[in-house]
Amino acid sequence: MDMTVANRIEAERLAPVTTAAKPAKVTAKDVNVYYGEKHALKHVNVDIPDRGVMSFIGPSGCGKSTFLRCINRMNDTISSCKVTGLITIDNQDIYDPALDVVQLRARVGMVFQKPNPFPKSIYDNVAYGPRIHGLANNKSELDQIVTASLEKAGLWGEVKDRLQDSGTGLSGGQQQRLCIARAIAVNPEVILMDEPCSALDPIATAKIETLIDDLRSNYCIIIVTHSMQQAARVSQRTAFFHLGTLVEEGPTEQIFSMPHDQRTQDYITGRFG
Amino acid sequence: MTNHIVKSYDAEFAELDRLTAHMGGLAEKLLADAFASLDRRDPNLAAIAVASDKAIDAIEQQVQERAILMIAKRQPLANDLRHIMTVLKIAGDLERIGDLAKNIAKRALAVAGESHPKPLMNGLRHMTELAMRQLKDVLDALSTRDAVKAREVWHSDAGLDALYNSVFRELLTYMMEDPRNIGLCAHLLFGAKNIERIGDHTTNIAENVLYLVEGVAMTDERPKGDDTSSMIMTKQSG
Ligand SMILES: Nc1ncnc2c1ncn2[C@@H]1O[C@H](COP(=O)(O)OP(=O)(O)O)[C@@H](O)[C@H]1O
Ligand SMILES: [Mg+2]
Repeated sequence: MDMTVANRIEAERLAPVTTAAKPAKVTAKDVNVYYGEKHALKHVNVDIPDRGVMSFIGPSGCGKSTFLRCINRMNDTISSCKVTGLITIDNQDIYDPALDVVQLRARVGMVFQKPNPFPKSIYDNVAYGPRIHGLANNKSELDQIVTASLEKAGLWGEVKDRLQDSGTGLSGGQQQRLCIARAIAVNPEVILMDEPCSALDPIATAKIETLIDDLRSNYCIIIVTHSMQQAARVSQRTAFFHLGTLVEEGPTEQIFSMPHDQRTQDYITGRFG
Repeated sequence: MTNHIVKSYDAEFAELDRLTAHMGGLAEKLLADAFASLDRRDPNLAAIAVASDKAIDAIEQQVQERAILMIAKRQPLANDLRHIMTVLKIAGDLERIGDLAKNIAKRALAVAGESHPKPLMNGLRHMTELAMRQLKDVLDALSTRDAVKAREVWHSDAGLDALYNSVFRELLTYMMEDPRNIGLCAHLLFGAKNIERIGDHTTNIAENVLYLVEGVAMTDERPKGDDTSSMIMTKQSG
């Protein structure tokens, strides 16, 4: 059969980048999270492959953000929060008391729902991480990191002439790409995105999705989204959470065409009561 | 199946199903009328049959427009998406069945003046009866989401193909026996071919019902029995 280039690109994009043979980048084994008495995340087991995008979907309050925050130990900052079970990155236990949390956060970048640039210049927003992690030895190295990060985030062309302008003066979509540039600047291996497009218009959303698609060949990306269509477009694997449990995880095309679990089916087709 | 949170979405599916069922009913009636008009040499009935094909085309158009609108508005997934896609395909098959039945009715107009020995029609009658039963069964299977019945229809197409082979052979024999039969028999051969094709579209519908109900495409090799392409007129045949 004759395939057009567009079809082929689409087929390659949809092809699961991940197979069981590839070792997982992030692994969760029997992860439980409690906020005080509340059991927010229950016995979560999942392997998240490298160089690909996994999306987390599920109704509000089902624990997606909670699980995301376990992966960079942001839950440590919530005093009532207790995490049990094992989470590893490259087979290294990230809750190991000997592990340096600051180092971990450099390896695991995070992008939030609301773009949150610092009230500083565009340049300083991106340079902030490399500075505190000591990634540049001099000004020209720092310049290089800032330029490369903005390029990778697809923002360079739009801001190269106004790097000293304030980051908060950019449009919402540009601010979000600035936050992605900031996350990339410290050379992370894993990028967590919690509903990164829910405050953006469709064009800005399309730009972020294109960016995610470009980044996935170099990073392990995990994205929480409320848009099934977005999950279907950007991710190769999808995990469905419901009431604190991970109900089903699999290749995105299977989750959206033939989910195994009735709860997944009901959720993605808009039948949840 | 539980309902959608958005009530109007359910209503849209119900309307899609209603239109498809309506098309199916019209196609059944068209096929019956087409054969009867040929059998009875009834040009009035033939004209009615030809006209009802237009009605089927118009409903298919409606099904398409509604399906496209639903996809745009609702961005359906999983079983909902399969539902819409299979209805679209089934409507396409019903439209083709209408066309093929209409062709049979048109032959009633063409052979209106010719003499008509009764036995010549028997083979085509049997084929029509079998095709009608399959069509009815598959439409029932569709409306009740009955995979068992759909699978039965799927397997029964081989019987229609076998019948087509024997009708083909029989009509060749009539033509050899008496060249005056050739004109009529040629029309009947085309009619038989049309019904054989109707059986194929019915089989397509059965596959789509199975896909709709079970969510997996039918991958079995189709039972195929049309070997008229290798039949030749020899004295032994018949
Ligand atoms: N800091 C917190 N303190 C107490 N409960 C929390 C906290 N954060 C989240 N929760 C509770 O944990 C559950 C999961 O929340 P969350 O992970 O934010 O869900 P999601 O991101 O899927 O919408 C919810 O019931 C929520 O109320
Ligand atoms: Mg959340």
